[in-house]
Amino acid sequence: MNEAKNGAVSEAVNAPATSVASTVIVGAGPAGIRAAQTLLAHGLRPCLLDESLRGGGQVYRRQPEHFKRSAKALYGFEAGKAESVHTTIDQLQAEIDYRPETLVWNAESRTLDTLHNGRAAQVPFKHLIVATGATDRILPVPGWTLPGVYSLGAAQIALKFQGCAIGQRVVFAGSGPLLYLVAYQYAKAGATVAAVLDSSPFSAQTRALPALLGQPSTLAKGLYYRAWLTAHGVPVHQGVHLHDIQGERRVSGVSWQQGNQRKNLVCDALAFAHALRSETQLADLLGCDFAWSALNRAWLPTRDAAGRSSVEGVYLAGDGAGIMGADAAEMAGELAALTLLGDLGYRIDRARSIELQRQLAAIQRFRQGLETAFPFPEDWAAKAPDSLIVCRCEEVSAGEIRQTVAEGHWEINRVKAMCRVGMGRCQGRMCGLAATEIVAHASGREVACVGRLRGQAPIKPLPFGVEAEQ
Amino acid sequence: MALLKRLAERDRAVLPFTLDGQPASGLQGDTLLTAVLTAEDSLRGSDFSGEPRAGFCLMGACQDCWVKLGDGRRVRACSTLLEANVCVTREPGRSL
Repeated sequence: MNEAKNGAVSEAVNAPATSVASTVIVGAGPAGIRAAQTLLAHGLRPCLLDESLRGGGQVYRRQPEHFKRSAKALYGFEAGKAESVHTTIDQLQAEIDYRPETLVWNAESRTLDTLHNGRAAQVPFKHLIVATGATDRILPVPGWTLPGVYSLGAAQIALKFQGCAIGQRVVFAGSGPLLYLVAYQYAKAGATVAAVLDSSPFSAQTRALPALLGQPSTLAKGLYYRAWLTAHGVPVHQGVHLHDIQGERRVSGVSWQQGNQRKNLVCDALAFAHALRSETQLADLLGCDFAWSALNRAWLPTRDAAGRSSVEGVYLAGDGAGIMGADAAEMAGELAALTLLGDLGYRIDRARSIELQRQLAAIQRFRQGLETAFPFPEDWAAKAPDSLIVCRCEEVSAGEIRQTVAEGHWEINRVKAMCRVGMGRCQGRMCGLAATEIVAHASGREVACVGRLRGQAPIKPLPFGVEAEQ
Repeated sequence: MALLKRLAERDRAVLPFTLDGQPASGLQGDTLLTAVLTAEDSLRGSDFSGEPRAGFCLMGACQDCWVKLGDGRRVRACSTLLEANVCVTREPGRSL
């Protein structure tokens, strides 16, 4: 394969000759794309593996090529950023080894196992940037398996990627910045938004203001969506506890508790989530150290301020190592690439690296403010009825998890072994967090003290009869 | 009855396919999920109760939108683009 193009960049004598395949990035979202761009600018051509059809990640998910809506229509205030990320991947892809529609399903001893078009292949690496992103953080509610119920991210993808609303009359619920953004995008696109049900009380958002003022433009956008919805007659309710979603074979309504009142609404679709959770399975299989993050209420792979994981040669960037959002992901991708290059002996702009670290620290403080504004509903587990289906893959209920705890089990992997929660096809991506909350509550332990659901290969299901590349 | 509602990008080529052996159609650029759910209200039955499911995350993570194609492949409907004349079969699931 091609050797690295050095250009004006000097390489230390002992730096390894770096071929296309030896530096690999997993994930072509904002972090992965900026990382690839930075590596290439220094003469190092990475291999960029991405599960999606087109780069951009979930936040800047692109519509199919022949669709006609403008970036402004799709991404609103973020149109400029989205276009910049898309232009970058379009320009890069001829110069790097870009492999879309490629699932990385295992990592072992410096080799990634991939699947593309039903064919398995191995990608060896010496240096790896893991930019695996996030999915919605889900706290199940009775009725959430009904057709017509989607995650907030899903509702947004239906609109951005397919030009569809998830229903005729849609309710948005949960909390986090995405809640108001998606409701706004739906209303703006002509959908009927029946209500926004925010689990966080208004007082929390007032309390968070001082920290949020650190990123005034982001705060202003959040306030704008909220004000726009109110101005356009969309009811917004705060301090809401979702009681259940009703329907026989599809959604027909939702009921919730607000203070002492029970309220109902007719709808044919509902999207909900409580912010995001990191996709950490790959970091886990790579042997990265994990630590409890109180801010994310999750176990996360540890990284130093420059983006290094605990495993030599493995770097972490973007929401996959802790939720910080798309702007931070772009910065963290560039930073991890600069760190990697510096570690390899390339001459890098140290001042830029320090500036990126400073900006990321500022976003982290803002993130603390968001957590105050949209607090995790800590009473969720206590309120979850025994009949609630927690694991949608294998239909394991809250009551079955509690029964397992009553039999003396409290470590989440042990609970999984006993009652199969988290063992289904999604590998706990949808239910793992909720199961952990229930185990912690039922066993009287802190949620940080019931263990960490381990990742297992294949991290996503593989079809039978996979052909291996020769 | 349709679950999803098209709001934009309606001016696209129509692609015929079959759904459970019956003639159906979607638009070029639709995922299988979109093509099915703009006409119908489920994609599969649960493996544990047979209850209808229609996907959940739309980003290839929840594994709740698998359908079967004519060539025997099982694919995630949210991550697979519709091709003309493809045969899509929905699996009814099972009850315990």
